[in-house]
Amino acid sequence: MSLTSESDQLAYIASQAADARVNVEVETDEGMTLNLGPQHPATHGTLRIIAKLDGEKVVAAEPIMGYMHRGYEKLTEVRTYPQVTTLINRIDWLGSFANEVPFILAAEQLMEVEAPPRAQWIRTILFELSRIANVCLFLGDMAVQIGATTPVFYAFRDREFVLNQIERVTGGRFHPNFDRIGGLKDDLPKGWIEETRGALNRMQAFCDEMEELVLGNEIFQARTRGIGTIPSDIALAYGLSGANLRASGVDWDIRRDANVGLVYDQVDWKVWTHPDGDSFARFWVRLQETREACNIIDQLLGTIPSGPIMAKVPRIIKVPPGEAYVATENPLGEMGFYVVSKGDLTPFRVKIRSASFSNMSIAPWVLKDVFVPDIISILASLYFILGDIDR
Amino acid sequence: MAEIPDHLLKRAQAAREKAQANQEPKVSPNEGVTAQTTSVVDDESLVQEIDEKAENILHQIQSGLNEKLISSHVAPNRGLWIRVSSKDWRETAQFLKDQLDCQFFDWLSVIDWMPSPYGRELDTEQDIEPETVNPEEQPIEWGYTGGQTRFQLICRVYSITLGIGIMVKADLDDQNPRALSLIPIYPGANWHEREAREMFGVTFDEHPDLRNIYLPGDFEGHPLRKDYPLLSRRMKPWPGVVDVEVMPGEEK
Repeated sequence: MSLTSESDQLAYIASQAADARVNVEVETDEGMTLNLGPQHPATHGTLRIIAKLDGEKVVAAEPIMGYMHRGYEKLTEVRTYPQVTTLINRIDWLGSFANEVPFILAAEQLMEVEAPPRAQWIRTILFELSRIANVCLFLGDMAVQIGATTPVFYAFRDREFVLNQIERVTGGRFHPNFDRIGGLKDDLPKGWIEETRGALNRMQAFCDEMEELVLGNEIFQARTRGIGTIPSDIALAYGLSGANLRASGVDWDIRRDANVGLVYDQVDWKVWTHPDGDSFARFWVRLQETREACNIIDQLLGTIPSGPIMAKVPRIIKVPPGEAYVATENPLGEMGFYVVSKGDLTPFRVKIRSASFSNMSIAPWVLKDVFVPDIISILASLYFILGDIDR
Repeated sequence: MAEIPDHLLKRAQAAREKAQANQEPKVSPNEGVTAQTTSVVDDESLVQEIDEKAENILHQIQSGLNEKLISSHVAPNRGLWIRVSSKDWRETAQFLKDQLDCQFFDWLSVIDWMPSPYGRELDTEQDIEPETVNPEEQPIEWGYTGGQTRFQLICRVYSITLGIGIMVKADLDDQNPRALSLIPIYPGANWHEREAREMFGVTFDEHPDLRNIYLPGDFEGHPLRKDYPLLSRRMKPWPGVVDVEVMPGEEK
């Protein structure tokens, strides 16, 4: 498009400005309304936040979602159990293997099937690998939201090694669809264990790098310490889970306290908590958890038992009538599936309890009375994936 | 449309026969009026497991809620379900938070127990079981703790100190499903109740802001109700084997 005459150029600028005005800010009597998103780099997709401002201060903030609602709860009702995992892969797309596990475990509970030990081991390893793949991006992304561009490239670079390992087992980098009722689709490829150890070393080095580059950074600390503080009782009442909850000083981890079907009891590991509840604490806890995940995988790699990877399950899966709720400690927090079965090929009702939905529901509370730049850093530290909010 | 290969037809026929053979012995117990309770008893006698922690907590709930507790179900090491009336909904949540230290609000949702009038939406030529019963004539069957109405509110709260999650259910009125909002007790119920409102049409009294959360503001209907058709399936049936397109260069 060429704008030759001056009047053409002016008209073009005026039309662009008119669009921008509608999208960005609306002056009202009670102060200014600032619209963030739905297309904004800080929103990880299509979250929209409407903030009412008084000067630089946020009077009220309201997240608006639904731009990516895909209706998975309805769609699961017309799919057979093995078909459902393809859908739920896409809920939290950064750590997708972890999404499959709670649903498969819920179905296994109803069928009274237990995966053989080797499958449980590999499941736990892949589960933790997806945690690393997911949280690794957070560690880089959080720094970007504060204003440091470099760490996210480091994160993407080193995350690749973990994704490669996931791909070598499952065949999919982002949507493995690898978990099956009663076990796993395939066994580990040859030489995988050694290569994974290499990737883990790489991750440990990445964590050290992040600690020096981001955590110790003066600007980072000034922007996160004491910002967006969430006390533990508020966090619990809003249903915050995962690292967000542990950063508020609540010592609760489903992997340790309510573990179903995975082998965390076979490993010597630690649940990290931080008493402060601010953005810094949330970053710190996630960083430690990434290291802990490396530690867990490292121990599990050395102790994988031999044996089959599938239990005996019928070829056509019919789940007996009943109800089951299984939750696991996913990278973003507690993810659970409430499965109601009527003994049919398809689930009767599946309620998906996704972590980001509850984690974001605290946003109106925590964004009150903060300054505008802190909206971004607090949202980044709460860490959400849009697919996990909208489902 | 491609012709259905013979070996697939044979396989489907074999599976159909097998499914029929499996179903026959099951016919008699389902005919009883109390099919609900018998199946639960069967289940427990098979497992022979007793979950002491859940039983203890159920005992505490029983003594605390008295006659408000309509029924309960313990699935050993899987969970604890209780059912109350919808007018005791908020009091029950208050009781669980105060007396059993259920500080953690997990989730809230609704179950529509009506069998789908559209069947299983899996009806292709390859389907293993032909529809035998007209779905509209099927009676409603409830899950754990039973039920009386089509819609059931369900909420899960968790006690970190006791290490147990409690599933609370409440029957809702068929024509006018409504309950008191849990926001004064658990502020986190806000979004969950908004979602339940738009998806099932359940009204939550004293909720400050019951706008749609996912759907556009002028959306009509409640998509997760069983009588709401899944339009994509109405337009085009689930492909199954027959609709798989032939890859380029591949013989039929």
